[in-house]
Amino acid sequence: MELLTNQVLAGIATGAIYACMALAVVMIYQAIDHLNFAQGEMAMFSTFISWQLLQWGVPYWGAFVLTLALSFAGGILIERLLFKPLAKAPILTNVAGFIALYAIINSVAGLIWDFTIKQYPTPFGSSPFLGSQLISTHQAGMIGVTILLLIGLFFFFRFTRMGLAMRAAASVPESARLVGINTSWMIALGWGMAAAIGSIAGMMIAPVVFLEPNMMLGVLIYGFAAAVLGGLTSPFGAVVGGFLVGIFENLVGTYIPGVGNELKLPIALALIVTVLVVKPAGLFGRPIVKRV
Amino acid sequence: MSAVQETVTDAPAVEAVPKRAMTLGTGTSLVMLALLIAAPLFVKNFIIFQMTMLLIYGLAVLALNILTGGSGQFSLGQSAFYAVGAYTSAILMEHVGMNYALTLPIAGLVCFVFGFLFGQPALRLSGVYLALATFALATAMPQLLKLGYFEHWTGGVQGLVVTKPDAPFGLPISQDMWLYYFTLVITIAIYIFSVNLLKSRSGRAFMAIRDNEIAASAMGINVALYKTLAFGVSAGITGVAGGLGAIAVQFVAPDGYTITLAISLFLGMVVGGVGWLPGSIVGSAFIIFVPNIAEGISKGLSGAVFGVILFLVIYLVPHGARQVALVAQHLVGKLKQR
Amino acid sequence: MLSRPNFLPAAFAAAVIALAATSQSAFAQKKYDTGATDTEIKIGNIMPYSGPASAYGVIGKTEEAYFNKINAEGGINGRKINFISYDDGYSPPKAVEQARKLVESDEVLVVFNPLGTPSNSAIQKYLNAKKVPQLFVATGATKWNDPKDFPWTMGWQPSYQSEARIYAKYLMKEKPDGKIAVLYQNDDFGKDYLKGLKDGLGGKASMIIAEESYETTEPTIDNHIVKLKASGADVFISITTPKFAAQAIKKLAEIEWKPLHIVSNVSASVGSVIKPAGFENAQGILSAAYAKDGADPQWDTDPGMKKFLAFLEKYEPDGNKLDGSVVYGYGVAQTLVKVLQMCGDNLTRENVMKQAASLKDFAPDTLLPGVKIDTAPADFAPIKQLQMMRFKGEKWDLFGDIISGDLSN
Repeated sequence: MELLTNQVLAGIATGAIYACMALAVVMIYQAIDHLNFAQGEMAMFSTFISWQLLQWGVPYWGAFVLTLALSFAGGILIERLLFKPLAKAPILTNVAGFIALYAIINSVAGLIWDFTIKQYPTPFGSSPFLGSQLISTHQAGMIGVTILLLIGLFFFFRFTRMGLAMRAAASVPESARLVGINTSWMIALGWGMAAAIGSIAGMMIAPVVFLEPNMMLGVLIYGFAAAVLGGLTSPFGAVVGGFLVGIFENLVGTYIPGVGNELKLPIALALIVTVLVVKPAGLFGRPIVKRV
Repeated sequence: MSAVQETVTDAPAVEAVPKRAMTLGTGTSLVMLALLIAAPLFVKNFIIFQMTMLLIYGLAVLALNILTGGSGQFSLGQSAFYAVGAYTSAILMEHVGMNYALTLPIAGLVCFVFGFLFGQPALRLSGVYLALATFALATAMPQLLKLGYFEHWTGGVQGLVVTKPDAPFGLPISQDMWLYYFTLVITIAIYIFSVNLLKSRSGRAFMAIRDNEIAASAMGINVALYKTLAFGVSAGITGVAGGLGAIAVQFVAPDGYTITLAISLFLGMVVGGVGWLPGSIVGSAFIIFVPNIAEGISKGLSGAVFGVILFLVIYLVPHGARQVALVAQHLVGKLKQR
Repeated sequence: MLSRPNFLPAAFAAAVIALAATSQSAFAQKKYDTGATDTEIKIGNIMPYSGPASAYGVIGKTEEAYFNKINAEGGINGRKINFISYDDGYSPPKAVEQARKLVESDEVLVVFNPLGTPSNSAIQKYLNAKKVPQLFVATGATKWNDPKDFPWTMGWQPSYQSEARIYAKYLMKEKPDGKIAVLYQNDDFGKDYLKGLKDGLGGKASMIIAEESYETTEPTIDNHIVKLKASGADVFISITTPKFAAQAIKKLAEIEWKPLHIVSNVSASVGSVIKPAGFENAQGILSAAYAKDGADPQWDTDPGMKKFLAFLEKYEPDGNKLDGSVVYGYGVAQTLVKVLQMCGDNLTRENVMKQAASLKDFAPDTLLPGVKIDTAPADFAPIKQLQMMRFKGEKWDLFGDIISGDLSN
C-alpha cells in the first residue's frame, strides 16, 4: 500500500510537469485550432533567455517577469512574421511550418548555449515538502503555479472580453468578424499568451530536468498526450490529464511485471488512444458537433 | 472552444487534387523514366546508393500521399510501418534464410494487416486526434523493437546486420546497381498500382471520404471499410519500402526508426504536394538532400538552415511541387499556343 | 715487392654505398592508398552534431581544432591533415550514408572516431568489406575488440564491461554484503555495462536486488529513483548518461537516500554533470577514470595538462576544460597523430592498422599517469586501465592502484 501511495505521489510530481506543458498546448489550440510542434522549443528558448538574464545578475523574479514579457512579444512576432503569410495555406503546410520552427529554435539554442546541461534555480527551494520525501517544495510550488495559471485562464476565457473574443475568433471566425472582432490579432494574441505560458512551464520544469536544448522533447510528447486526454478545449482537462498521465505511467511501470518498465510510454499512449476512441473529445472536452 | 465544425462551409482539412492532375502527362513520365533508368550508368556507386534511397523514401511518401492526400487521414506514424517492414525482411533474411526478393511481399502483407488493424480504432478519430494517435504509434515502435521479449529475433538494441544480395545470374554489375534496378522496377509497379487505385472506384471512395465524410456515408459508401483499407494499403506500401531500406542500408536497429523518420516523411509529402503522387519523389529528394546541403552550409546551425529552407519552400510553393508543376504546365501550354 | 693496389676497401666502400643507395630508395619509396598523398592525409569522421546525442558533437570540434594545431606546426611528416566530419544525427541509416560518402566520394584514408554504438554497428561490415580502417571508435562497447572477425575495427576507450567489472571487484571486496540497486539506460551502453557488472559479480550476482531501466525520451528519471530506494538497497549504481546522472544525484539528495553511489565514467565529468547537480549532493560518489580531469588542480602543473590547456587557449577558446568530452577529443586525436607519424611514408590502410596494432606504452598528454595505450595484433583494446576515484569537495580524488579491466582477468 505504501508503495502505491509513493508511486501515486511521485506520479503527481512528474504529472505537474506534464500539466504545465499541457496548459500551453491547450492555449495555442484555443487560438489556432492546431497543435504547435514548436511549443516545447519556444518554452525551452524562453527558459534559456531567463537563464542568461540570471547569469548577468538579474534577480530571479525580475528575470521571470522579463522573460514572460519577452516570450509574449516573441510569440506575437513569430506569428506575425512567419505564420500570418501562411494563413491561407493548407493546414498541413502550416504543420510543416511548425516543424521548421522547431528545427530552427533547437539548432540556434544549441549554438548559443551548447548542449551540456545547466542548473536552473527554483524560487521554492528543494527541501522535502511537508516532510514527505517524495514531493519537494519545488514540485509543490510547481503544482501551485499550475493551478494558479489554470484559474487565471479560466477567468480569462469565461469572464473577460478579450477571452471571449478569442474564443469566438477561433470557433466561428466569420461571425466574430461581423461583430467587429479583429480575428487576425486574436490569433497573434493567442500565440503570445501560449508562448508566455510555455515560458512559465519551462522555468518550472528546468530545475527538475536540467536545462539543455533537448530538454523539452520528452515533455512535449507527454504534454500533447495530457492535453488530448483532458480535452483540447478545456484547460482544466489539460491539468487533470497531466496528473493522470503521470500517475498512470508510474503505476504501469511499477505494477506490470516484466515489460511494464520498458513500455511505460507506449502503454500510456495506448491508454490515451483508448480514451479517445470512447470519448473522442477527451475527458473534459466539449463534444464536437459536425454540422452538415 | 470550437465545439461546432461547419463541415460544409469550412475548407476541408486536405485539399482535393483534381483527378486529371493526379499524375504527370505521358511525355513527362517517359522523360522521368528514361532519366531514372539511365542515370546509374554514369555515376559512382555511392550516388547509386543515394538514388536507391531516393526511390525507397519516395515509396514511403507515396504511401502517405495515398493515406492523407487520397483518403484524408492524417498520419504521423508511417515510421512504425516502415520499421515493421524493415524488421520483417531482416528477420526473414537472417534468421530464416529467405531470399531477399521473397521477403518483400511478406513484409508488405504483414504491414497491410497491421495497418488495417490500426485503422479500426482510428476510425473514431480524425484530424489532430488521429495525428496524435499515429504519433503515439511511431513513438512506441522503437520501444517495442527493443523489448527484451523479442530480443532473440530482433537483436534488441544492437539490431541486425543484413546481407546485401549480389546480382543474380552472375551479371557483371555491382550490388548497388542491381539493387537500384530492382528497387526501380518495384517502385514503378507500385506507382502504377497506386495511380490506378486512385482512379478506380476505391480511389473515388477515398476521395469522397476525404472531401466530406458525412456526405460520403450518406451516399452509401462504406466509410469504415475504405478508411481502414486506405490505412492498410498505405502501411503495406510503406512496409515494402522498409524492407527495401533494410536491404539497402544492410542494417536494422530501433534507433533508425524514430519519430524523426515519421516527421521527415510527412515533410516529404507536404513539399512534394499533398495527394500528388509524382511529387513523392520530389519530397523524397528534399528530405534526403536538403539536410546534407544544410550541413554543408553550416555544421553548427544545420538544423536552423534546414528550417529556413523549409520555410522558404512553403512560402513560395505552399502546395508543394504540384504547384511548380502546374506553373510549368501553364508555361508550356502558353508556349505551345504561340 | 710492389703491393698490389688493394681494391678491397674500395670494393667494400662501393658495396656499402650501393647498399645504402638502394635501401635509401627503399626508404624513400612512398606507398599510398586513397586518401593519402605527398601533401595531404584525408581523415573521415562521423559525429552526432544534431539530434539526441548532440552533446557529444563537441568531440568532433575538439578533434578538428587539434588537427588544425598539428597542421600549424608542420603537419605529420610534412603532410597536412584534411579532417572531414559529417553529422549522422545518431541515426544508423544516416551513418551508413555518411560512411559511404566518406569512403566513395571524399575518398578518405581512414574513418576515425565515429561515435555511437548503433552507428558503428551499422558501418562496421561495410568498412571491413572495403578494407577501410574504422579506427578508435568513440564507444565503449566491448565488441570492437575482435581482430579475428573485424580486422579493420579498433576501439579506444576502456570498454563498458571492463569498467563495470572493476566496480564489481571493488564491491565484492569492500561491501560483500551489499544490496545493489541498478539504474541503467535502455540501450546498448546500459545493457553492455549491466552485463559486465553481472559477469564481474559472477556467483554473487544476487547482490543485485533491483534493476530499473529508463529511456532517453523520459523527461526525468526521478520516479525510478523513488522505486529503487523502496527496494532497500544500500548500493546504487548509476549507468546513465550525463543529464540523467545529474538528475539521479539531485534526486538522491532530495529524498535523502545515501547509498554507496557509483556512477559510470561516461558521466563523471565535473563540468557537465557534478557541477550542475550540485557539489554538495555529490560528496562520496565513486567512479573510475582513465583521463585527467580538467577540474582537478593537482594537474595544473602537469606537463601534459599544460599542453592541453595551451592548446585550448589557442585553438579552441570556447572549449570547456571541465567537459570530459573535450579532454577525450584531444586524447584520441593525439593517438591518431601518433599512429600516422609511425606510418612514415607508408600510408597504406594496411600499414595504418598495423601501426595502430603496435602501440606500446604510448601515453597521450591527457591520460592518467600510469595508464598507457597498448595494442597488439590480437589485442585491439588500446586503453584497458582505470583508476577508481571518490568525489570530495569540488573534485575527484583518485585512490587505489591502476586496475586493468582486462576481460581475461
